Amino acid sequence: MKRREGEGCPQKNSADTAQDRELSASPSSPVIAAFKVFQQELDTKHDKYERLVKISRDITIESKRTIFLLHRVTSVPDAEDVLNEADVKLDGVRQKIGQIAEELRGEDIHQFHRAFTPGIQEYVEAVSFLHYIRHRSLVSLEEINVRLVFVRTEKADAKDSAEALPLGAQVLTFQVTPSDYLLGVADLTGELMRMCISSVGNGDIDTPFQLSQFLRQIHDGFSYIGNTGPYEVSKKLHTLRQSLGKVEDACYTLRVRGSEIPKHMLADVFSSRTTLIDPEEGVV
Amino acid sequence: MSVTEMFTYIQGFLSADQDVREDIRKVVQILEQTAREMLTVLQSVHQPSGFKEIPSKCAKARELFCTVRTQIADLKTKFPVEQYYRFHEHWRFVLQRLAFLAAFVVYLESESLVTREEVAQILGIEVVREKGFHLDVEDYLAGVLIMASELSRLAVNSVTAGDYNRPLRISNFINELDSGFRLLNLKNDPLRKRYDGLKYDVKKIEEVVYDLSIRGLAKESESGADK
Repeated sequence: MKRREGEGCPQKNSADTAQDRELSASPSSPVIAAFKVFQQELDTKHDKYERLVKISRDITIESKRTIFLLHRVTSVPDAEDVLNEADVKLDGVRQKIGQIAEELRGEDIHQFHRAFTPGIQEYVEAVSFLHYIRHRSLVSLEEINVRLVFVRTEKADAKDSAEALPLGAQVLTFQVTPSDYLLGVADLTGELMRMCISSVGNGDIDTPFQLSQFLRQIHDGFSYIGNTGPYEVSKKLHTLRQSLGKVEDACYTLRVRGSEIPKHMLADVFSSRTTLIDPEEGVV
Repeated sequence: MSVTEMFTYIQGFLSADQDVREDIRKVVQILEQTAREMLTVLQSVHQPSGFKEIPSKCAKARELFCTVRTQIADLKTKFPVEQYYRFHEHWRFVLQRLAFLAAFVVYLESESLVTREEVAQILGIEVVREKGFHLDVEDYLAGVLIMASELSRLAVNSVTAGDYNRPLRISNFINELDSGFRLLNLKNDPLRKRYDGLKYDVKKIEEVVYDLSIRGLAKESESGADK
């Protein structure tokens, strides 16, 4: 009797592992059956999330390249070529956003928002940069969203007829959220600051003043929003102030030195300044 | 559209968003209050005297779930239903608590694992996202894991109260739960962190079962399990 109970524990354990094996082998246990369903549900969700992260990363890379391309505008004689090339690149990015829209069909956009928000912010930055160079104004959220409408005709057609839907082509839309837009615009200011410094380096005297005007407007806008926005906005506001300070300093120097140094030498003053500024610049 | 106009528009959006969040927070606070009350009711099963009153405690908790249902119904009206995940963070914690409480009540009543459908029904919400305010599967699982640690406590206290059979039943139950969770491929997220704690609950209960069997206190059920 006593012996038997002394063995109780190992016995119990082996019984448990046997039970475990039996349970995982037979789906008859309601708990195991339920967890198999959960497993599938979670896996599907995680897979989708990973796919979105991947697309978002591609969007980020492509948008960054576009921004680098756009920085060349200041030093190239025919800016229109560069702008058109950037447009083509952004079309590619939009295709990728179309993929996101497709993944999100029938899903709650906010459930997976974290997966693709970095890419979307980068896209907003690239688009608004291009828009500024072309039109010297801030692209609106609506203008961005209007271009993110995708029509899927191929494949969808067959499916539609199979499902007997009245629509011939499927229209997918992607809506950039106001906070993503805001964060993208905050990143834009960093690019504008760079553009300002490099344009001075090329002897362009007008652009810095236009830019400082524009940056000031954006800065005022952000101050208006203040801390009602998401948490990241207040963080970016700090960098925005720094960028604005640099641009304003540049304009100041232009005014002061411009009156005493001949124009062709001004470029030298600034090319030494850029090396001072660039290392500090952390935001891309 | 000028820069100022654009920012005014965004500001309007942001403050509307904040208003919604404020409303949600208020309702969630009330919901949390009810959840705490219910927890207090159920905690008393750990008292030696509470073991005899389990059915009445459960009945009382069931009553409180009625209040929860009306409060959740109120919460549903505070935001557009398709934006569930936009505000999910606000009620995630309390919903996990409520899932735990529902699971605990069902366990005490029938000693079985509550299904996700049952929890949803008890809370007056949906299971699938398409139908409205629903119970996310991760929240359900988190609630089940909270219950596991509560049960390991219950196993210890039931021995103190002289109920030597309960720990064995809990042990079987938790083992089944553990093998269920082992089927899941969890990412490195909060749920995974919580799951990592499950093994300590399993261990604790196994120790209790060991103590009981080595002293011959779990005699009847041991022979019952063997045959």
